[in-house]
Amino acid sequence: MSTVAVEGKTWGGGNQPLKASYGKMMMWFFIVSDALTFSGFLAAYGFSRFKFIDSWPIADEVFTHFPFLHGVDAPMYYVAFMTFVLIMSSVTMVLAVDAGHHLNKAKVTFYMFLTIIGGIIFVGSQAWEWNTFINGDYGAVQTKGGNILQFGKYIEKDGEQVFKRVAVRDFAVNAHGERVRHERKNGLWFVSEGTLPTYSMDEVIHGLQANKDIQVRTQIINEEGEKTVLSREESINQIMKNGKVYVEGANLKVNEYGSPLFADFFFFITGFHGFHVFSGIVINIIIFFNVVLGTYEKRKSYEMVEKVGLYWHFVDLVWVFVFTFFYLV
Amino acid sequence: MAHEHKLEIFRGLLKFKSNTQKIWGVLILLSIVTAIEVALGILKPDWSMSQILGMKLLNWIFILLTIVKAYYITWDFMHMRDETKGLRRMVVWTAIFLIIYLIFILLQEGGYVFDVYKDGYIKRDF
Repeated sequence: MSTVAVEGKTWGGGNQPLKASYGKMMMWFFIVSDALTFSGFLAAYGFSRFKFIDSWPIADEVFTHFPFLHGVDAPMYYVAFMTFVLIMSSVTMVLAVDAGHHLNKAKVTFYMFLTIIGGIIFVGSQAWEWNTFINGDYGAVQTKGGNILQFGKYIEKDGEQVFKRVAVRDFAVNAHGERVRHERKNGLWFVSEGTLPTYSMDEVIHGLQANKDIQVRTQIINEEGEKTVLSREESINQIMKNGKVYVEGANLKVNEYGSPLFADFFFFITGFHGFHVFSGIVINIIIFFNVVLGTYEKRKSYEMVEKVGLYWHFVDLVWVFVFTFFYLV
Repeated sequence: MAHEHKLEIFRGLLKFKSNTQKIWGVLILLSIVTAIEVALGILKPDWSMSQILGMKLLNWIFILLTIVKAYYITWDFMHMRDETKGLRRMVVWTAIFLIIYLIFILLQEGGYVFDVYKDGYIKRDF
């Protein structure tokens, strides 16, 4: 190393007050700047949430799915699992770093491998989570003002009246005169339009009139911390007067769960985090092969593993905050 | 390069024999904290619904537990505990100061915009 040449020369760069190598220190400073980027996003999320504090979607009602358990209400269990996977892969990473300090190549290889597997499971889970969110489950009606009206009915549960959501597909009546999507190959040539909603407003209104027990729920959160449910008359009135389009699932423009901003921030922040995990996996794979090839064995230093380890732990650290602010708070 | 690790957490209350053992100990701690968070999030006990400083008590508990988790990830997994005081302060104090500043400004502004939407005479004049 070059340190030999400058040893003792305090003003020649020989002094190391932080007792950390250049690479490790720069990794720390990169992490600081990346942490500020993520806090910028999360603080922006907080801004939008405080702006619409009385109508923001309730996360427990949005993320209720678990793979292979259809129709089971399981809020948060899957994210808790994802968090655990990421923490676990952080543990195997730090074990790899520790094995590197003892110059134990076999152990570093094994733990790096486990870390990569953990990362892949996490990214896969996130893809599933996105897919579920994009597809949606109950469907809703968006009003002219951009608000969301959801449907449900009161059912008896343990002697109490509980509001249970009803999917639009279960009550919408198939009306005649359905409009066909205009494609560029017919009619007015080379002019096309976007996908039509699954149900027209007519179908939703007829379905609502035919099913006497269905009521509309608005986005406004009442004193009990629940969304406000309108009376039957008010429900029909609101849908007839303000309902504009049927929406299902979430994308960057509409969101059946409530404010579109919620979906925008969800895609952007978890997407940016997922991209970090993905690049972390790629870097880990590169380092894994270097370990296997014996690069660090020859160098007699596994500091490179330590540096990517810092990055990998940082990704875990960010997820801890994303988990709190998207799913818990 | 220094390979020695400080092997105690909780200010010396819990001492580990080796670095590997400390890693597993911290994993157990993080898992317990996550389990508490998920349990509280599902049960939502009545006592935690009271409003403190503009937020539910439950949310403050979540934020506090998150910071606890972040502390142990940074200090033990990222070995911040073993770095010099100078490096530690450069990284941690800078980030914490800027983040708190940013959060304060944005949440203050968000609350103000909410009030204008709710009570203001002119709705969209920012």
